[in-house]
Amino acid sequence: MPVPASPDTLRQRLQQIGLELASVEMMPDRPAPALAELVAAAEADSAGGPAELAAASRLARDWVSGAGGPLSADVRGRFAIWHGWMEQAVTAWERSRPVPAWPAELPRAEPSPRPAATRSAPDEQAVPLLPGGIDADMMQLFCTDCEDFLRDIEQGVLVLEERPDDPETLNTVFRAFHTFKGNAGMLKLVVLQRVAHELESLLDSARRGQMRLGRPEIDVVLAGADLFSRYVSAVSDRLEGRQTADSVSLPVPAVIDAVQAVLASRDAAPPVNVIRAAAMPTPSAASQAAATPPSIAAAPAAEAAPAEPVGMAADEPAPAPAAGPTAPVRPAAPTGSVRVDTGKLDGLIDLVGELVIAQSMVTQNPAVSGAADEQLARSLAQLRSICSELQRTATALRMVPIRGTFQKMGRLVRDIAGQLGKEIRLVLDGEETELDRSVIEEIGDPLVHMIRNSADHGIESPADRLAAGKPAGGTITLRAYHQGGFVVVEVADDGRGLDPARIRRKGVERGLIRPDEPLSDREVLDLIFAPGFSTAERISDVSGRGVGMDVVRRNIERIRGKVEIASTPGRGTTFTVFMPLTLAIIEGLLVAVGDQRFVIPTLSVRESFRPLPGAVTTVQGRGELVAVRGRLVPLLRLGRHFGIDSAVGDPAEGIVIVAEAGQETRCLLVDSLIGKQEVVIKSLGETFPPGRGFAGAAILADGRVGLILDTTALVRIRNHTTETAA
Amino acid sequence: MNDVPALAAGQPTATPGKYLTFTLGQESYGVPVLAVREIIRLCPITPVATMPPHVRGVINLRGKVIPLIDLRRRFGLPATEEHDRTCIVVTQVASATGGTRPYGVIVDGVEEVAQFTAADIEPPPDFGGAVDSRFITGMAKAASGVKVLVDLDLISAAETATLDIPASEKPSVAS
Repeated sequence: MPVPASPDTLRQRLQQIGLELASVEMMPDRPAPALAELVAAAEADSAGGPAELAAASRLARDWVSGAGGPLSADVRGRFAIWHGWMEQAVTAWERSRPVPAWPAELPRAEPSPRPAATRSAPDEQAVPLLPGGIDADMMQLFCTDCEDFLRDIEQGVLVLEERPDDPETLNTVFRAFHTFKGNAGMLKLVVLQRVAHELESLLDSARRGQMRLGRPEIDVVLAGADLFSRYVSAVSDRLEGRQTADSVSLPVPAVIDAVQAVLASRDAAPPVNVIRAAAMPTPSAASQAAATPPSIAAAPAAEAAPAEPVGMAADEPAPAPAAGPTAPVRPAAPTGSVRVDTGKLDGLIDLVGELVIAQSMVTQNPAVSGAADEQLARSLAQLRSICSELQRTATALRMVPIRGTFQKMGRLVRDIAGQLGKEIRLVLDGEETELDRSVIEEIGDPLVHMIRNSADHGIESPADRLAAGKPAGGTITLRAYHQGGFVVVEVADDGRGLDPARIRRKGVERGLIRPDEPLSDREVLDLIFAPGFSTAERISDVSGRGVGMDVVRRNIERIRGKVEIASTPGRGTTFTVFMPLTLAIIEGLLVAVGDQRFVIPTLSVRESFRPLPGAVTTVQGRGELVAVRGRLVPLLRLGRHFGIDSAVGDPAEGIVIVAEAGQETRCLLVDSLIGKQEVVIKSLGETFPPGRGFAGAAILADGRVGLILDTTALVRIRNHTTETAA
Repeated sequence: MNDVPALAAGQPTATPGKYLTFTLGQESYGVPVLAVREIIRLCPITPVATMPPHVRGVINLRGKVIPLIDLRRRFGLPATEEHDRTCIVVTQVASATGGTRPYGVIVDGVEEVAQFTAADIEPPPDFGGAVDSRFITGMAKAASGVKVLVDLDLISAAETATLDIPASEKPSVAS
């Protein structure tokens, strides 16, 4: 196996070719061989990328090798167009997008120079079911996603049989393959990625109107979908222990050849026999029947197969253990998850809350609770337990642990470390932190940017680290936790840290600040979030194109979060993202203060106790202090702070709650503890600005609204009043 | 009486159409009926400390938390006891982020839905600064008397502007 080529090497090669082309332009007599060599190298570099790249390089090599002497003006012109296309295609490869359309001015590149008939490669290829380094959860997620895509593909294809030009369906099917390709790439399923890519190219040219989807093309698409479907069922079986094989044998080469044959024939009139032969390798009986108009469906696929040219028989469904039980299973079969519109979920959660309240109102109605009927009492108890179970289930529906997102980052860090020649360890913490699904979706991209930044700019090369007296391997810590009504995600590295002086200099160079602008170090660090700012000394492929950190801030602000940066030169940088809990559920301590009730997020509560008489000492001008385990901690009387007259006056009659916010600890005085409960955080809305001590509101068991305290803000308010008092 | 200073600041004027009329003390007010979502009975109110006195707090409207404004206090009218006709008009006001948001107002009683033509509506009179006329968009003549037409979008938008009240004016939130 040759060393897997990457877009980088090809990009460099294209730069060399560009230079060579420029010199040829200036000195038309310059002999072609130098260029021929470069193009041949580019062909080698293209291996592993989209097939179009290699095909295009091959085509270009023919232009130069055919020329022998100096290049004609015509060939030079063609090369210029070719070079431009190649550069776009490399970018597409880098981003796993479909390559751009082949320029019309150029002769067509033949994607597959090897006729399918003469190929001697095996027709089946083993694909690992559990790729190394990927855990079962991610594979499960992959399978769930794939089932959706496969459903889209199959349904879409059925529509396309009737209306081959329906743009929306074409787009849907194209997108399904495209996303599939991305997912497969993420899991390093190179083979499947390749197949998806080929099919994507096919759909893309149909989408662009370069070809029309007829029966042969649709057969090819279905053959591809079947291949994926078989893979997914095999993985599901493996995950659920129904089989133990670690790989499944799939007719990958046949499908790829079939697609390429179809693509190759999109201009010329298709030699029907060849297409049919290539298109038939995986006639899963079920999908054939589904995709075939009724009249043809009557003929069983098994009978149709022998009619096809010999040699394809080997491509009948693989004898893998998976084949037996999974063949009849349609991808659309229910396998444990359903996608639901989040609006419906929210409505359901609200309604269930109302149901529980209505239930308790009925149960507690004197006419009902006073009744001596034992049967009624039993029924009510039953109703109550069903209601509370229903509520628990409903509230958990929207929540997803951040684990999946975090684990994707493990992959990312490993890839980047490999590319940059650094040693980077990723430490995950708080993966079980549950977040609203929509928030998790939004945080993915910003996290990728921040981690790239840390890995590329933060962590030094092993040599630099050793020179600085640090271990050669760097560490990036990804941490998630709840704090004061926010979900906090931290990306911390132990790299070189940010140099405020250098950032200031860059800021001036970029015209973002005036040289004499008085800025605190914190404000200077903030500059890295400014649009068009990049601190990288060199432009790298990992980060440092000047896009990124401003996008990070924009994305986070869009979900009403905020991002902060802290850095110690030589010690590392920490990005801290605060995300609102708009729909998140937290566990709260329900407390009473006078006639009001508040929810204090349990995660910010360290302990609570009833102070002994005299435990509260007043320090002149500095407020009140409570002794907590030998330490004096400032006390905030919530009743006094919120102006609740009915709150207890004597701390010894109330309860002290020791709350933590960041590094600080404060005691909050409440009247009593009512209990612990999980609440759905609801926004207080625009009428109530943030930062006033309330993180949101929750509907309590009796249907009244309880305010959720923002412990972080309460600490700040207290500090403020202390300072003014002092 | 053509000198109407309040209008000089680009204050919108009432448009003809259907209005929900309600009472605050002895006075009658109207809001466009299209802005009204529903009318509910008074329900338990959760006060929110550190807010101006006219912001009574929040209520639970079928699982949604919505702010509740006391229009009497908002208009500087004397407070009265709540009685069985007191109710909450849930309206939709413009949201700062675009779209609308629910906004509850406490009124002393709902009267009717009345149709006002352009001829019924007069611009707000000049009260000479004695009365806060910022939110008044017009006066409508009806058979039962004169209705003061108010703009709830203006009232709700002004909320955020009047937030920084001195600590001494902090409301006592006992309820």
